[in-house]
Amino acid sequence: MDAIFLQILNGLDKGGAYALIALGLTLVFGTLGVVNFAHGALFMLGAFCAVTFQNILTLSRKVKDESITFFDAYKEIPYLEIWFGETGMAIIDWAVPLSLLMAIPVMLVIGLVMERGLIQYFYKRSHAEQILVTFGLAIVLQEVIKSFFGANPIPTPAPEIVAGSANVGALFGLGDTVVYPYWRLIYLLFSLVVIGAVFAFLQFTTFGMVVRAGMADRETVTLLGINVERRFTVVFGIAAIVAGLAGVMYTPILPPDYHIGMDFLVLSFVVVVVGGMGSLPGAVAAGFLLGILQSFASMNEVKSVLPGIDQIIIYLVAVVILLVRPRGLMGRKGVMED
Amino acid sequence: MGFFKLSRRDAMTMLIFIALVLLAPIWLRPFGAAYPDLLQKFAIFGLFAIGFNILFGLTGYLSFGHAAFLGIGSYTAVWSFKLMSMNVIPAVFFGTLVAGLFAVLIGYVSLRRTGIYFSILTLAFAQMCYNLAYSVLTPITNGETGLRVLQDDPMVIDGLFGVVQEGSPIGNFFGINMQGYPAFYFCAVMLIIGFFISLRIFRSPYGLKLAAIKSNQNRMKYTGFNTRPYLLWAFVISGMYAGMAGSLMAVTDPLAGAERMQWTASGEVVLMTILGGVGTLIGPMLGSVLIKYFENIFSAFNKGALHDVFAFMPDWLENLVVAVVHPFVGEGWHLTLGALFMVIVIFLPGGLMEGFRRLSRLRGRKPAK
Repeated sequence: MDAIFLQILNGLDKGGAYALIALGLTLVFGTLGVVNFAHGALFMLGAFCAVTFQNILTLSRKVKDESITFFDAYKEIPYLEIWFGETGMAIIDWAVPLSLLMAIPVMLVIGLVMERGLIQYFYKRSHAEQILVTFGLAIVLQEVIKSFFGANPIPTPAPEIVAGSANVGALFGLGDTVVYPYWRLIYLLFSLVVIGAVFAFLQFTTFGMVVRAGMADRETVTLLGINVERRFTVVFGIAAIVAGLAGVMYTPILPPDYHIGMDFLVLSFVVVVVGGMGSLPGAVAAGFLLGILQSFASMNEVKSVLPGIDQIIIYLVAVVILLVRPRGLMGRKGVMED
Repeated sequence: MGFFKLSRRDAMTMLIFIALVLLAPIWLRPFGAAYPDLLQKFAIFGLFAIGFNILFGLTGYLSFGHAAFLGIGSYTAVWSFKLMSMNVIPAVFFGTLVAGLFAVLIGYVSLRRTGIYFSILTLAFAQMCYNLAYSVLTPITNGETGLRVLQDDPMVIDGLFGVVQEGSPIGNFFGINMQGYPAFYFCAVMLIIGFFISLRIFRSPYGLKLAAIKSNQNRMKYTGFNTRPYLLWAFVISGMYAGMAGSLMAVTDPLAGAERMQWTASGEVVLMTILGGVGTLIGPMLGSVLIKYFENIFSAFNKGALHDVFAFMPDWLENLVVAVVHPFVGEGWHLTLGALFMVIVIFLPGGLMEGFRRLSRLRGRKPAK
């Protein structure tokens, strides 16, 4: 029982990341009709926003180390610490959550530039060409990041106060064996909040209403004299922000390197397809579902029966779903069916 | 012998192709590309791309998982070396065959869907193969280390004929060691055979049917035409090409690793095909040669070499140019590749072949003015 509970929790935070990326993918696909293979790169750019922010905060000056007396020793002290003392240290400690503030505008700009600069010319082209050009873009972004930050994963720790693990078991009346890192819990909550915010935005604002109407019947909305395209551009920006935030918050869980986006992208596409192309709830549900399935498959008990299942479970599920329910779990009729 | 009958124009194409391939060590010398390792790569990846083009170019089905067949071909070939003989004929034969069998399985399932779903399904299968090769199948694939031929492997058939391996095992073709130019010519013959088959397919009623599926599958179905078996054949044939290319990789270097199956490798063959020209005969070959050529040249550059190249410029200009160019060469070769990919898809979706066609049309029009 404890083990099962723990695996569900384990699956949920990974599922949260899948769901966030898949949500953005589906949003872009549902509105613009573009299959965006560069979406994983947006996730990666978000993660590197956190890295950059941390680097900025820890800009240091070489100071003579007074505690060592027999020779001249120097240590690097961040400017923030020199200027603000304890407060400065605390700010550095909170680098990852604070970088969310930087990531939102940066990702918005990146998203808008990407859409206006490249994606808009591909609305009328075939899906194969969309896939290819965004695939190329993903490679370019990834290599640019690599040339700036190197190929190795960069550690970006969570704030110290949430570095430990929570005894979740006690909360639910289970044994003491169910302990779980705070940050992963935060990630789960964070992803739920972001997903909720996106849905609320689409459901309860006029802007969202127009977007939904445009998703359902673009032509009619255009005939009503509404500039749908401009709104869809904003939607692309929002999708970029969602992917970026998912990336920022994931950095303490997995130190980012330049191909983290590609790793997530392939999985996220599978998630979108399982959830049903163009269905937002489907993408979210499938994200969490596949996350949980994956963590169950990596239990030793399961692996001893079916060796290697943890490596392929997601793909296996995708194959089965596509063959049994071709539209995915919640896919709409007429989407991507030619 | 109807199979070998070609129209006069195709016969010319074929002859020119054969001449170009066989004489490659000579006419590629001025380009600095005439050494066996690189020539082998040209032939192998050309074969891979030509096969991929039969699926993508003719039917329009974009597979993102063809690297799996490449890997399967390599592993099978190495196992054939290990178990039977260092002779390359069985290795290539079984590599192609086994890849074909896998293609039947994967194709049967994937072809139930079209469009992006097909791409995702093939990608899923390829990733499964890749992940399994790295984890559970380690006894067969030797995991991260890669599968290699060892001296104490059984090699049953070689044992029967009393062939003894000395030194590190090298593939051979009835006594000719598969290294350097002999290996290139072996690959070249395979390439020529592959090109010929592809030419025949393009000109056959079967090829026409595939092209019809690409232009409008629904209409084909409405006329009471079951497209599935034709698509499956196209998938299997292109899978076998990939398997053959994979086994040739093992022939030139008896080693197989799982990284050959990664989806970026699948992306590479798509790029080669697109760069040259999707659906054209020569295009994929051209694309793969260009990419492998520039990969070889660009990735060899480092900062020092760049300074040498631009040494004729004034110092400030030299430094500027080197600073601009440096991120694109050496380690940054993939950046060039990605950018090239985008440029081609954006401006020249038909690839270089379309570019040539446009150029020749321009030239043809000028005198008329």
